[in-house]
This record gives sequence, structure tokens and C-alpha cells, in this order.
Amino acid sequence: MNKHLLSSEDLTADDIATLFATAAEMHDVQRREVKKLPALRGRTIINLFFEDSTRTRSSFEIAGKWLSADTINITGKGSSASKGESLRDTVLTIASMGVDAVVMRHGASGAAQQVSQWVDAAVVNAGDGTHEHPTQALLDAYALSRHFGDGGRLGSLEGRHVVLVGDLTHSRVFRSNVITLTRLGAQVTVVAPPTLMPAGIASWSSSAGFATSYDLDEVLPKADAVMMLRVQKERMSGGFFPTSREYTVGYGLTRDRLRVLGPEVPICHPGPMNRGLEIAADAADAAQSLILEQVSAGVAVRMSVLYHLLAGEGTA
Amino acid sequence: MPATTEPAVGPPGRTVLDARDIARALTRISHEILERNKGHEGLVLLGVPTRGVGLAQRIAARIAETEGVTIPVGALDITLYRDDLRRHPARAPQPTAIPAGGIDQKTVVLVDDVLYSGRTVRAALDALADIGRPAVVRLAVLVDRGHRELPIRADHVGKNLPSARSERVMVRLEETDGLDVVRIADSPDAARPTEEVAR
Repeated sequence: MNKHLLSSEDLTADDIATLFATAAEMHDVQRREVKKLPALRGRTIINLFFEDSTRTRSSFEIAGKWLSADTINITGKGSSASKGESLRDTVLTIASMGVDAVVMRHGASGAAQQVSQWVDAAVVNAGDGTHEHPTQALLDAYALSRHFGDGGRLGSLEGRHVVLVGDLTHSRVFRSNVITLTRLGAQVTVVAPPTLMPAGIASWSSSAGFATSYDLDEVLPKADAVMMLRVQKERMSGGFFPTSREYTVGYGLTRDRLRVLGPEVPICHPGPMNRGLEIAADAADAAQSLILEQVSAGVAVRMSVLYHLLAGEGTA
Repeated sequence: MPATTEPAVGPPGRTVLDARDIARALTRISHEILERNKGHEGLVLLGVPTRGVGLAQRIAARIAETEGVTIPVGALDITLYRDDLRRHPARAPQPTAIPAGGIDQKTVVLVDDVLYSGRTVRAALDALADIGRPAVVRLAVLVDRGHRELPIRADHVGKNLPSARSERVMVRLEETDGLDVVRIADSPDAARPTEEVAR
């Protein structure tokens, strides 16, 4: 593995297998009375979040704490960034305090990559603009591997048909997911209305080997797993669809579509959900929904990532 | 590459224990464990991966033969508790499997292949403390090669093997390596002479 985790492209299939095997062991810690491992004792991790986040930030914070690292949260609001400090100055200031890792979320695509060139610490991209969110992709694939496995043992995603639906244009999760899932041998189809299909996706899909579609009802019966993506109203300026009702009719996981899907096909959503928009409450709360498993998987996967980036020799 | 059907020959070196020696040692250890515990009540065997796990299962099988009971066997990985994590590239932990009954108030017997510096056992004791509170913890090893760096000793030893620090002690077991043998050889790399470190 590289020193940083900036993009899902950084991880080979072998890296992912190692991370998952470690995550599976970390997962058991969540069921223990003493939720603490000493592996990162004496390491300091800064969670630097310039965008709002509940689950990613708390999940990284818990992951660091359970590995005995000191984790400190800095959010955009309430930091000197709101006084006009540049990203470079903020990051260099923090780095001067001797931190070992910076977990970063920023609204600008490529921000984590940029920061990794300024500091010695390991940088983990926890979401940069509409670019990537590699740990989310890892935890989604890990949650699916557990679902397709048996007991705690991880199953293979080889040949599984995973359908990603929703606001692809604004989704960093989708980009990372496609890379990670195809690397694990899954067959991926992404579905979106034409207005939310990223420009230039045709050349990427043909080189990376995944399919695109505008017709959810045609794809859904062939799915082994469905990932619903959030409609990112905060990134939308202008009309991408006429009304939210119309979006739901065309691309929402409604009660009717849930029936088509059947009771066996797992449903994922990276959260936060817009209930009633991209996913009906019936689907979100269905027995086959992995949404809460994704959250618990998130802690285990992030523990695994932090462990592999920070525990060994020559790190940070 | 030779065909996988060929019998495994194992590493070079002087053979210290052959398959029959290992079998006898494990039988004796099994009886010692029962004797010391005055029966099988409350016993839990935890093997330290990789090779301790297979040894723990063999001891449990022998106890099942003599006592007619199945005692809980598990695995306790110590990777995340090592004190030399920062001296090597990060290693993926191996599976830890605690038997369903847990370890609280039990007599836990840790099982490992080689006892050397004692650092693995130190890490295992830390790991145990995070999982529960056994009534008693004991240690069974196939080979004790000396050179302790911590105040730790084994309760049950298959063979005491005087060795030089520069030598390598190599344990190979059917489960993991396709044959049962313990050999000792001069280490080609004196800086990292032991299996215990190289694991």
C-alpha cells in the first residue's frame, strides 16, 4: 500500500483483500467489552473536515480511538479557515504539531492530493468534492462481501451484478465505488437520468468495463445488489430534474420496485438518506437493507486503513 | 516448481523432533494439562496463530480421547499487541476466535510452537486482558529454546532445546506445512534469527 490513501485507484485487488481481512478482525472488536487495541498507541490523527459529515467523521474518530491513537477533530466552521486562512496555511499549521495522519474532507476535488504534497503525514481522503471517497467504497464492498459470505467469513464479489443508482454527476462515492467494485471482479451497472449522468462517462465505462443505463426498471430485475446514491441538492445549481416527484418515479427505490427486487437482494445507501426521494422508507428499513451494516462496517474498514497506513515501520 | 503431490521435505537443518517425538510430546502435554487442572473443568485452549492453533487442536483431540469430552479451542492473534509493530511493515492480523463460552473465570491454556524471547506471550496476555478475565492462564509450548527477555516461563514444555541466538528453530506441522518436524540450523541472517520474530 502507498503512504496515503487518496484514490481508490491506489489500491490493488491484493491491497483490498488485505484491508478486508484486517477489517474482519477489527469488526470483532466492536462486539467486545473492551473496545480497544493498542496498535496505534502514541500516534496522532487529525480529522480535518471542511464539509459537514456525521458518519464519516465519527467513524474515523471511533476507528482511531479504538486503535488507541489520539484523534482530534477540526471542522471548517469554527476553525481559522472561517477567518480566511488558506488551506495550505491551515494544513501546515496542523502538520507542525507533529501529527501522523490527516483524514481530510474538502469541497474541492483534488484537495487531499494537494495536501499530501505539503505534509509528511499520511493523508486519507475522506471525500474531496465530486471526485472520490475511497473508504466509503471500501466499506460498501466490504459490507457486500460480508453479506455474500457466510457467518463472519467474507464472500467474493466476482461476477456479482451491482447496480448503482442516482445522482452520479455529483457523487464521489460512485466514482470510488466503480473503481473498487470492478477491481474486485463485480459486474457494475450505473443508472441515472441523462441530466445526472456525468459528461464523458462513455469512454470511462468502456475502458473500465462497466455498463450505463437510463432505465432503472430494465436493470433492476438483473441486480444482485443495489446501491442507492443520495440526490445531492447542495451541489446542484439549476434544474437537473423537473420535480422531486418525477425523480422518484423514474429513479427512486419505491415500494413497487422493492417488490420487483424481491427479498434477497441487498440494498445499500451511503447515507445520509433522503427518505421518500431516492429511497422509500419501506426499502430503507427492509430486512435486506444493509444500511446500518454499512455504518458498522465503516468503523472496521477505517480501523483497517489507519492500521495499515500507520502501524508499520517507516510510516509517518 | 515441483508437483504438489511430492512429500514435503521441510527446511534444512538438524532434526530435533520428528513426527513421533512431536506426537509423544503433545500427548504428555495433554496429560499434564489435565493433571494440573485436576480434570477438564473450565479448560479453554487458545492457540497463537499460525502454528499454535493446530497444536491447540491436537491437544484438544487428545483430551477428548482420554476424558471423552470436547473442550473449547480457539485462536488468539497477537499481531495488534506486538511491541515491535513499528519495526516491520504493517502486517495483517490473523483470525482470533474465542470459543462461545468466553474466557471469564476459565483456565486458559495458551498454546504456541516456540517460546523464545517471551514477547509473544506478553502480547498474548495483553490481548487476553482485553477479551475477558480468566481465572488462570497457563502456557504450553512445543519447544522452549531459552533466551528469555521477559520474566515469563512455560507451564508445559514439549522439549527444552538449548540453542544459540544465532540459530534458527523451525517448527513445521501437518496442518500448515504438510509434515511434522522441528529442526535447528544456523541462521543465514543472524540479525533476525528466530521463527518467533519472523512470524
